[in-house]
Amino acid sequence: MPALIECRDLVKTYTMGDQVVHALNGVSLDIEAGEYVAIMGTSGSGKSTLMNLLGALDQPSSGELRIAGENVRALGPDAVSRFRNRTIGFVFQQFNLLPRTSAVENAGLPLIYSGLPHGERVARAMKRLQQVGLGDRTDHHPAQLSGGQQQRVAIARALVNDPKILLADEPTGALDTKTSEDIMAIFDQLNREGITVILVTHEQEVADHARRQIVFRDGVIVEDRS
Amino acid sequence: MNAFASLRVALTALRINALRSALAMLGVIIGVASVIVLVSISEGTKQAVEAQIASFGANLLIIRPGSSTFGGRRGGAGSADPLTDGDVLAIREEVAGLSGVSGEVSASTTLVFGGINWTSRIQGVNPDYFTARGWIIDEGRAFSGAEDIAGRRYVLVGQTIIEELFDGANPIGQSIRIGAQPFEVIGTLAAKGESSWGQDQDDVVFAPLSTVRQRFGAGMSVTVRDAVSTIYADIAPGESTSRVIADIEDLLRIRRDIQPGAEDDFAVGSLAEFIRARNETESQLGLLLAVGAGIVLLVGGIGIMNIMLVSVTERTREIGLRLAVGARRADVRNQFLIESIVLCVIGGLAGLVVGVGGTLIYAEVGQLEIAIDPVIVAIAIGASAFVGVFFGLYPAHRASRLNPIDALRFE
Ligand SMILES: Nc1ncnc2c1ncn2[C@@H]1O[C@H](COP(=O)(O)OP(=O)(O)OP(=O)(O)O)[C@@H](O)[C@H]1O
Ligand SMILES: [Mg+2]
Repeated sequence: MPALIECRDLVKTYTMGDQVVHALNGVSLDIEAGEYVAIMGTSGSGKSTLMNLLGALDQPSSGELRIAGENVRALGPDAVSRFRNRTIGFVFQQFNLLPRTSAVENAGLPLIYSGLPHGERVARAMKRLQQVGLGDRTDHHPAQLSGGQQQRVAIARALVNDPKILLADEPTGALDTKTSEDIMAIFDQLNREGITVILVTHEQEVADHARRQIVFRDGVIVEDRS
Repeated sequence: MNAFASLRVALTALRINALRSALAMLGVIIGVASVIVLVSISEGTKQAVEAQIASFGANLLIIRPGSSTFGGRRGGAGSADPLTDGDVLAIREEVAGLSGVSGEVSASTTLVFGGINWTSRIQGVNPDYFTARGWIIDEGRAFSGAEDIAGRRYVLVGQTIIEELFDGANPIGQSIRIGAQPFEVIGTLAAKGESSWGQDQDDVVFAPLSTVRQRFGAGMSVTVRDAVSTIYADIAPGESTSRVIADIEDLLRIRRDIQPGAEDDFAVGSLAEFIRARNETESQLGLLLAVGAGIVLLVGGIGIMNIMLVSVTERTREIGLRLAVGARRADVRNQFLIESIVLCVIGGLAGLVVGVGGTLIYAEVGQLEIAIDPVIVAIAIGASAFVGVFFGLYPAHRASRLNPIDALRFE
């Protein structure tokens, strides 16, 4: 059986004027279903670039990428949106919640694009908010929530579509140590339940939650240990 | 994502930015309101003019000797030969497409009934006169052609005469004295009200033409014994006004022995055309104002586009997020397009309320005619929806073309 994620010689280059930046310079990597992976490395080493490719938010300049059996490079923009909607859950460093919108509406957002009716969206979003410990804050707007609570809403949103893969780019980067531990406890629990979790972090304590650690430097993998 | 869900998303976004939404609508509100006010007023004026024309007789031609007073046509000197009963007869017999022809003479006189005097003009006319001039017999009857020729002392009276002389009582069958001679009232005429220049159109007394000529000497001179001051000709429905006018002119030129190349010494005018011509400038002004209002609506649309572009830029991260969690390009485009349409249609409805309100106030304060046409209202609302689509399309398209990564990273 093939791996859940298969990367072969992934290259991503950015051209700024006459300057070419190799954000990824030939990355080959397999991640199996149910793994818990932390990606580390210095700033600018290409971690976010890889995450965007793994999340089908961006396309590689060259190389092969199969996610859950799908050749992502071959998909058009709408098909890729659909793919993200069904397969991927994202958690961002800056939470990216809709302002002046309740927690339950924020958490249910992806389901709008799955075509679910309002009632079912609310029911599923409520369930996920309870799972991340926010069952009593469902009507709160982001501005009425702490940073840790906002990130929990974002996690509930990432989970609401029952994704195969949960991607988190520095999910604790904007949080204090105590709150970070709470968030990591949620990721640990989700991985125990069978979801593949891939996260980017600068902090060793956070990375230690994962069973596999991959280190980047200058767009290539320099270390991959389990 | 279905249309209902899109509408929901759009409405939520508009509610979240309520103040900005309201400001964006302002241009459309003003545009639609001014379209409705201006069109209603100019439409009202037009209808008032048509009503005025109808009260004169909608297809009426007026034929007079001498200098033309209608349509800017120049006639001969004022001392031209008068028109006669013979001309009336000739026009009636020889010109096709007329439903009635009548001569008219008149004399100033005093009416007496009981102890009451009333000074008015008595008009001598042929029976065709009443339909030609748009008079409706209220009670009683008109006189016949035979009674006209026989010179019977019958009169038909207008509502003002009934008020002044009979104190509002039914005058049919009553005998009144006109210039010391007894006349029998055989008919009354339905009210026409004031003319647009404030003349009382109901202060009228009509008698057979030959009666007025014989009894009051109207239209008689040493040389001519059967003159009429004016001939009225009523064009039958569907007939060409210009053709009928040309036929009458040809006939009268022959009868009056006018050499080819010489100018007419009489004038044939269409009152309806005269009044329409006089009001043309007014209705053109109305059109101009409506165009102006359309431009305001256009400016309103540009305002909507501006706000939508600002909104797209401001919500770039939101768009990125929606794309990241599964929105298709069409979903994003529809969201912004629906926002724009909803903005414009709500603006249009508000403009409708303001416009109709403004029109009613104008009618009340200005004592002027208005006409609120449901078609115009529908067009105004349709136009605002169109403005929403037209000016929303570009911002919506721009939003849908964003790349999720760049949009999410947007500061
Ligand atoms: N849109 C872009 N245009 C041009 N260059 C880019 C773009 N995105 C990333 N890069 C460049 O690619 C390289 C890798 O960036 P990336 O964001 O993947 O780094 P990172 O490892 O996530 O760093 P950090 O830890 O600071 O988040 C950097 O040199 C960056 O400047
Ligand atoms: Mg990064």
